[in-house]
Amino acid sequence: MHEMSIAQSLLDVVKEEMEKNNATTLKSVLVHVGQLSAIVPESLSFCFEIMTSGTELEGAKLNMEVIPLTGNCRGCGQTFEIKDYAFECPFCDGTDIETLSGQELSIVEMEVD
Amino acid sequence: MKVSVVKNILAANDRIAQENRAIFDEKNLLVFNLMSSPGAGKTSLLEKTIVALKDHLNMGVIEGDIQSSQDAERIAETGAPAVQINTGGACHLDGNMIRDTFHEFDFDALDLLVVENVGNLVCPAEFKVGEDFKVMILSVTEGEDKPAKYPLMFHESKVLLINKIDLLPYVDCSVERIREESLKVNPDLTIFEISCKTGEGLDAWCDWLKGEMKAKA
Repeated sequence: MHEMSIAQSLLDVVKEEMEKNNATTLKSVLVHVGQLSAIVPESLSFCFEIMTSGTELEGAKLNMEVIPLTGNCRGCGQTFEIKDYAFECPFCDGTDIETLSGQELSIVEMEVD
Repeated sequence: MKVSVVKNILAANDRIAQENRAIFDEKNLLVFNLMSSPGAGKTSLLEKTIVALKDHLNMGVIEGDIQSSQDAERIAETGAPAVQINTGGACHLDGNMIRDTFHEFDFDALDLLVVENVGNLVCPAEFKVGEDFKVMILSVTEGEDKPAKYPLMFHESKVLLINKIDLLPYVDCSVERIREESLKVNPDLTIFEISCKTGEGLDAWCDWLKGEMKAKA
């Protein structure tokens, strides 16, 4: 949820990084959206388009990768994909799970000129 | 050219939450973020908890609602300080909003601060405010399927209070199933079964809270 305010925060970071790199045009930005983050990629894409329209960033592409929820079992050491948000080891039924990925909401890379 | 960034988009709110946390730690305040659907019993739980623990610790409450100061007024009736935030439309509290209330409290006179979030099973789970931990309430009238439907909130919480157990004879709800489903999403969850109406189960919750206070000191 809150894809509009997240699109705003995303653009704040983009503008900051563009300034740092003396860039004037944004071609694309790659964002990692974790499965557990409750962000809907289509909504974020839509909000990004609305917010860049009519600005110098218009036309920039927002690329998103959904990062699956994965965990490591502290009991048996196995790494696995967490299905249906069930934090249980499929190998040993252990429940001491360290979340390795799936909670991100980050900018990874920008393509600029 | 490609520029590698790797920045958390919510870094701005996280930073404010950390600054809030630093203030709380300096004042040796235990802080929890209380979340649930509207009507599950957040304010009732706080009213009962404040009264039960008044000889042991001083509590303060930051109330969050879209409109109305009714919840802050209810808390104030118990004698505890309460400040109401009206978000006007925002469906959750964030670090910035709660920071704006700090000047209205005397943190030196408090041991425990509770942020009673806006009633909502979705959004509050995503936004840190600087709390030590999150507590959520699910009432027996809401259904056993909620942990599977709203996994983030159950996953982020340290405690789940299953409230309104006095209504169990009148609803099709298995507390055992709520436990099972919640523990699947968060095996570390501490679960209490309570009724704010009859008082059942509240002693165990209050004892647990006293334990957390001792551990923080």
